[in-house]
Amino acid sequence: MSKSLKLAAALAVTVAAFAAPFLLAGQRTAVAEEPAAAGAPFAPHQPGAFGLGREATPEEVAAWDIDIRPDGTGLPEGRGTVAEGDELFQEQCAVCHGVFGEGAGRYPVLAGGLDSLTNERPEKTIGSYWPYLSTVYDYIRRAMPFGNAHSLSDDQIYALTAYLLYLNDVVTDEEFELSKANFADIHLPNEGNFIPDDRQEEAHYAADAEPCMSACTPEPVKIVMHARILDVTPGSIDDEEGAGAGSVD
Amino acid sequence: MQAKKGINRRGLLTAGLAMGGAALSARAASAGGDPAILEVQDWNRYLGDGVQARPYGTPSQFEAHVVRRDVEWLTASTESSVNFTPLHDLDGIITPNGLCFERHHAGIAEIDPAQHRLMINGLVEKPLVFTMQDLMRFPRVNRVYFLECAANSGMEWRGSQLNGCQYTHGMVHCVMYTGVPLKTVLEEAGLKTNARWVLPEGADAAMMTRSVPIEKALDDCLIAFKMNGEALRPEQGYPLRLVVPGWEGNMWVKWLRRIEVGDQPWQQREETSKYTDLLANGTARRFTWLMEVKSVITSPSPQLPVAHGKGPLVISGLAWSGNGTIKRVDVTTDGGRNWKTARLDGPSLPKALHRFYLDIDWDGSELLIQSRAMDEHGFVQPTKDELRLARGENSIYHNNGIQTWHVKADGTVENVEVA
Repeated sequence: MSKSLKLAAALAVTVAAFAAPFLLAGQRTAVAEEPAAAGAPFAPHQPGAFGLGREATPEEVAAWDIDIRPDGTGLPEGRGTVAEGDELFQEQCAVCHGVFGEGAGRYPVLAGGLDSLTNERPEKTIGSYWPYLSTVYDYIRRAMPFGNAHSLSDDQIYALTAYLLYLNDVVTDEEFELSKANFADIHLPNEGNFIPDDRQEEAHYAADAEPCMSACTPEPVKIVMHARILDVTPGSIDDEEGAGAGSVD
Repeated sequence: MQAKKGINRRGLLTAGLAMGGAALSARAASAGGDPAILEVQDWNRYLGDGVQARPYGTPSQFEAHVVRRDVEWLTASTESSVNFTPLHDLDGIITPNGLCFERHHAGIAEIDPAQHRLMINGLVEKPLVFTMQDLMRFPRVNRVYFLECAANSGMEWRGSQLNGCQYTHGMVHCVMYTGVPLKTVLEEAGLKTNARWVLPEGADAAMMTRSVPIEKALDDCLIAFKMNGEALRPEQGYPLRLVVPGWEGNMWVKWLRRIEVGDQPWQQREETSKYTDLLANGTARRFTWLMEVKSVITSPSPQLPVAHGKGPLVISGLAWSGNGTIKRVDVTTDGGRNWKTARLDGPSLPKALHRFYLDIDWDGSELLIQSRAMDEHGFVQPTKDELRLARGENSIYHNNGIQTWHVKADGTVENVEVA
């Protein structure tokens, strides 16, 4: 069996077994066993077999389990309007994200950027890029405001989320009220544009060729780009000329 | 100040020349011989520090330049930022704990282990809470793994930009973890039959979360409390972190305090708005967890020029793959026209860094050096142009393209691209 057929077979097995199109690792040949012994200590065991830990109380689970899924699972009771959110946003968020979500400095831009994803400099905002509204509520609830997390009420987060929908033209009425009841009905424009990981099918991997070792280019290789020209190396003498391009997140 | 800002190029060259000067004098000492030999040195006469002068040992004062460095313009604040492992100054495959790159989203949480808890909840028979002491009573394992940020080399998508492998490739490290298989802890709570995903969560002010498929959770993930034998460093998640071998670093949740079991992914911020790979046509790949086969030459490199002139030259670097072990690394000195297979040395462990060497006799002419790794499943590291052709230039993440360094006749080295 050729390597590519094996890859296809591995993919098929993976998809069938896990009902999700991903690979644990690129698998063109048999997976190597972990080097260490899987012995008795690591055999599957019955729940509670070690008798370690204790049962979590419902109050403890409720205190920590605050995540929300796209279908609305996990949303708390509550509501908030665009206008309420506007006021809160200016107080709590605008210093980093800008009055209209345009971003200050290198802090994240939250609004705008529609149809920019194929541009040389795409703007990936809630309206232009994020697939699910639940992520907005969830993230504000767990991590915002930056440096003062867990300081907003559930109603306030509904209001801020409503305002972010308004900034991104997903809703246009300042009186719009977002609540647990209508939350899951709202869809963001870019939801359909995410695809599974298909890197292994890219031409450079799919070719699966033995790499060339000699005379791999017809002509001697030439330098076509220098770091010096785009010199953004920290500590270099021309630091003042400004920041380079790029991002780590 | 210099250590904080990073060493400037002039400083590097001076350091390089100073080393070269010392080497030359040792080889061609004039009348009588080398003062380093002929003269009695202070350390050769006087007593040094006693045993408890350094109860936690630190590197020699002459190694003070070997530090993590950051790139200030990259991020809005240092609390949600990254710094880089000084790969050029290291050898072997293990990264010292204090030099492992940092990536935080809300600063370093300083957690009292006595106050730390791990909760397992969701689709389990019984939701459980563990103390650190409880976790230490499960059977544990030791495993060496690399951890690479998905955005490592992300600043190089549009072309060569940062002049140093610390900056281009330094969001990777490799240590030995001691911990409990995640499988053991999940089984203790009892997985329900509809369990398909887990959501690890951090205790820091970002409460980092990522959806991990149950197959990976039950395969080789660890709940780790030690790195290289000692407790995790605070910046690496003390007292507890998740280890997700071969997969992007963002998933290795630090300050781990909760694991929820569910039947669908949660679509958290770090797996939707971030850590998704925008392609040229405007669609974006999601759940791109695997770190692909990759390598880089760490010496010589822009921060570590050749200071000794022509003759024997050790070309050295690192290779790794989230698929398993590295089978082979080829090195070219002419920009990819002709290649030689390098020598792998040291342990070859799955999903760990591998060290390679090519020992050459440098004739002093300009070199265009590159390395190309191949993993045990036959995946070959692509060129940057091949990646750009497939993905465009806006992916940010998962740039595993072949890196070129230009070694000039004077021994200085520059980050370039070739064609």
